[in-house]
Amino acid sequence: MERRVRALRTVLAEKGYIDPAALDVLIDTYERKTGPRNGARVVARAWVDAEFRNWLLRDATAAIASLGYTGRQGEHMVALENTASCHNLVVCTLCSCYPWPVLGLPPTWYKSAPYRARAVKDPRGVLADFGIRLPESTEIRVWDSTAEVRYLVIPQRPPGTDTLSEEQLAACVTRDSMIGTGLARPP
Amino acid sequence: MSYRSHADLGGEDGHGRVVPEPEGELFHAPWERQALALTLAMGATGAWNLDMSRSARETLPDYSTLSYYELWIKGLEKLLAERGLIAADELDAGRMLHPAPPLDRVLRAADVPALLARGAPTERPAAAPPRFAAGERVRTRASRFDHHTRLPGYARGKIGRVEHVRGVHVFADTHAHGRGEQPQWLYTVVFSGRELWGDDCAPGLGVSIDAWEPYLEIAP
Repeated sequence: MERRVRALRTVLAEKGYIDPAALDVLIDTYERKTGPRNGARVVARAWVDAEFRNWLLRDATAAIASLGYTGRQGEHMVALENTASCHNLVVCTLCSCYPWPVLGLPPTWYKSAPYRARAVKDPRGVLADFGIRLPESTEIRVWDSTAEVRYLVIPQRPPGTDTLSEEQLAACVTRDSMIGTGLARPP
Repeated sequence: MSYRSHADLGGEDGHGRVVPEPEGELFHAPWERQALALTLAMGATGAWNLDMSRSARETLPDYSTLSYYELWIKGLEKLLAERGLIAADELDAGRMLHPAPPLDRVLRAADVPALLARGAPTERPAAAPPRFAAGERVRTRASRFDHHTRLPGYARGKIGRVEHVRGVHVFADTHAHGRGEQPQWLYTVVFSGRELWGDDCAPGLGVSIDAWEPYLEIAP
């Protein structure tokens, strides 16, 4: 593939269809500038600021934009709050739809056949693959991102974090906890 | 035309375990970075739209044997070839052999941040009121589709409840085939696990999809 992609890049550049410098900016953006730390800051803010939480649940696109995260694959955001009685899990069974501005590029497993096939049918089995076991009484709600709405899970705030700063709280928020395949970790 | 998507995996058995991966492992070979960037840069030329590239990927005959970024590269090559922008002998030679038809735009490095920050919102003004309201019971279309669609197989011919009305959005089914945006009302429709998977399904499962209005009818 290495050689095939190099050939494609060369031909497209010779034809003037791509600017090689633009490719470098695109890669840098998604490799270094965007990623799940953005989403973690959104979640931490929601944990400490009830007004922001309400805004996030009402109009996630605007609330998230107020922290500076906007654009491609996050144009229409919806936030889903996990509670003791309901756990949310996000999937894209048809491909790989994922909220890029807050989580960056999706991990390989999110795009893989096992996750896409099983998340909608056996979410508890999928959670077990991630080492997560929820009480039988917890309702599981799976969101299949079949259109352009992108979902961000707000995990439950771990106990014993009352004295933490917003920045310390953000460190508890894992990528997987914002997809629903994980929980926020204790400090 | 007989359209076949190989991407509709929801509910299929036999795919095995999910293999988790630590944060930050985005690429597994240098060419994968290029696959991402080439696809985004060519998408920005306006030679096709995002739904067309999704359709190009999902109809690749060897879909199930390809890795994610292999799908992207093969999809990209297909879109380029279909439009006469690149020829097979050029890929073999690794250089341009034929004249280059002009494109509307070329993405320059300086324009990347603004392009990504703007994104491509799909919401459009409503031309008519929504046909369904939150709380209503609906049934999804059961018949097969002969084109790109976002109604997954597992959710066809099923009864669910409209949970949210999401506004009017570009209709992927037509947009993917150059038949215009034809914006339609979009709804989040939730189904019980038992409705989708039968009585053996563990209780306490709800699954939702985002469904455009033409997929839905009032449940009997």
